[in-house]
Amino acid sequence: MTDIASTLRAFVRENFLFGQDTPFSDEDSFLGLGIIDSTGVLELVALLEKQFAIHVADDELVPENLDSIHNLVRFVERKRAKQEEALASSRA
Amino acid sequence: MQLESFLEASARRTPDKTALVAGRWRWTYAELDASANRLAHGLLAEGIERGDRVAICLENGFEAATAIFAALKAGAAFMMVNPTTKADKLRTLLDDSQAAALVAPAARLVAMAQTLAGAPGLRLAVGVGRPLPSDPAPARRCVALEDLLHSGSDAVPPKRAIDLDLAALAYTSGSTGTPKGVMLTHANLVAAISSIAGYLENTADDVILNVLPLSFGYGLCQLFTAVKVGATLVLERSFAYPHVVLQRLVEHRATGFPLVPTMAAMLLQMDLGKYDFSSLRYITNAGAALPTEHIRKLRRLLPHVRMYSMYGLTECLRASYLPPEEIDRRPDSVGRGIPNQEAYVVDEEGRRAAPGVVGELVVRGSHVMQGYWNLPAETEQRLRPGPLPGQRVLYTGDLFRTDEEGFLYFVGRKDDIIKSRGEKVSPKEVENVLCQHPDVAEAAVVGVPDAILGQAVKAVVVLRQGRAVTERDVLRHCAERLEDYMVPKLVEIRPSLPRTANGKIDKRALLSPSELPATSLAQALPQGNEAGGPGFASIPQAFSATGQGG
Repeated sequence: MTDIASTLRAFVRENFLFGQDTPFSDEDSFLGLGIIDSTGVLELVALLEKQFAIHVADDELVPENLDSIHNLVRFVERKRAKQEEALASSRA
Repeated sequence: MQLESFLEASARRTPDKTALVAGRWRWTYAELDASANRLAHGLLAEGIERGDRVAICLENGFEAATAIFAALKAGAAFMMVNPTTKADKLRTLLDDSQAAALVAPAARLVAMAQTLAGAPGLRLAVGVGRPLPSDPAPARRCVALEDLLHSGSDAVPPKRAIDLDLAALAYTSGSTGTPKGVMLTHANLVAAISSIAGYLENTADDVILNVLPLSFGYGLCQLFTAVKVGATLVLERSFAYPHVVLQRLVEHRATGFPLVPTMAAMLLQMDLGKYDFSSLRYITNAGAALPTEHIRKLRRLLPHVRMYSMYGLTECLRASYLPPEEIDRRPDSVGRGIPNQEAYVVDEEGRRAAPGVVGELVVRGSHVMQGYWNLPAETEQRLRPGPLPGQRVLYTGDLFRTDEEGFLYFVGRKDDIIKSRGEKVSPKEVENVLCQHPDVAEAAVVGVPDAILGQAVKAVVVLRQGRAVTERDVLRHCAERLEDYMVPKLVEIRPSLPRTANGKIDKRALLSPSELPATSLAQALPQGNEAGGPGFASIPQAFSATGQGG
């Protein structure tokens, strides 16, 4: 498991499951599991912005980016790659 | 007239028109009606009889909508259960209602089988999806919804019920902590829905985008008003992703969008200029008060949209609405009685109160419930003699005043019910769950103002001596037992709870100064009002002056 994934899993278990040992896979939808609501999404975004130093725009708030550990990891990696690219081109 | 006739009439009038959109699928009126007919025949073949209760514990979708109409077509009453309800609570509801059937996701039936097995009235479990539970079995018979949908005839089953029969049993949170089953007949619901569709000016051209759960009275109204006028209902399961919901609104050119204040608060955090709202004809708000500032902002952002502030409660579904023409003049009013029914304020002697005087709101109309299921004392308290002999009117338990022109303004509740996300939370019910924790000695639950939720549920607990439990442990305990909207957002562990002079828990003292309302409810009340009586009726509301029921 990547660092990003393990951080996110720990966050979900702590904040959405309050430590319940409900099993969930990296592909499981948080909505499908019934463990996330609108305030949960906002908490998740706050974590992404703080922990991974990325900015999440309104129209990026979609299940394809946020609704499973797998989707989150892909989203964070994509955002970070873009930011590094932008940084590199500004230095060039 | 029976409630399901709305669907049958629309299916005859416009068989090929889209009735329902859910996910990537759509169903025409002919398809929805035929599906409900087949499922009704299936239920009848499985032994469901006129007057039985059919519990439906499903997320918004085709299956939930079909099951509602199928139960009605079989002559039974439907009973919506919030899909996040945990097994023990569901068992309590099934035992209380003596429901004959339960429709739920097959996976949940498997998970809950142990708890549900032996529920005295439960004869039939209908699972959505597979595999179905076998051992232990949650009920004597267990069948797949899919099988029932593919077996019976497409024809409307012979009518068994009359309009004085129960159409719905709707459980609502009460201050005692035990949910009460509100009995609504076909006549009640037909009256309520006809009135609502009338003032919203709904027509077959409407496309209503609904994210509110069908287990919530306000959400359920959307299904019936849409079906009554032959409109299209777009059912969504959640508002967790507002951007996605707004994309659906644009994609389906929605004309109606029902909101609760939590949704409005979230919308106002977004850049609404990016979306094409040109199709939108109206938005509605109920469930709790929309802060005046949010009304002004929405009016500025969506000037062409008619905005309805409404007030309702499960016991009659809807009590009042403010005509959109009035919203800029009296943004903090919830209007007047809905068409063909009255809503008025009475003083302690039951006389109509003068303008400006705070009293209890009374509702009179053919949509008022028949009473609470098996609770004659509670029923008598709410349904009291009306102006005509033998007639009963609904005492809402909510305090209102009127202005000189008779427009209603919400002042507060007489009980301590919390409104979070527009849904009712009984502090007592949450306290009962908290006290089931082996390490909790005492608990008190209060509502604290929250910009998004309206009120957030806050639990203050005292631990038994020598026990070490964390806030997280307490939250987990709650999350395992309560519906999602009832789980506290905040937990505080304290060495003791503050008491009043006569030894009761002083809930006001649990709130920090910033959590107290600007003017206390007690000040707004006339002398000697019973709101100052038992309990602590003056716990502040999130939006103290303008809370609304739902």
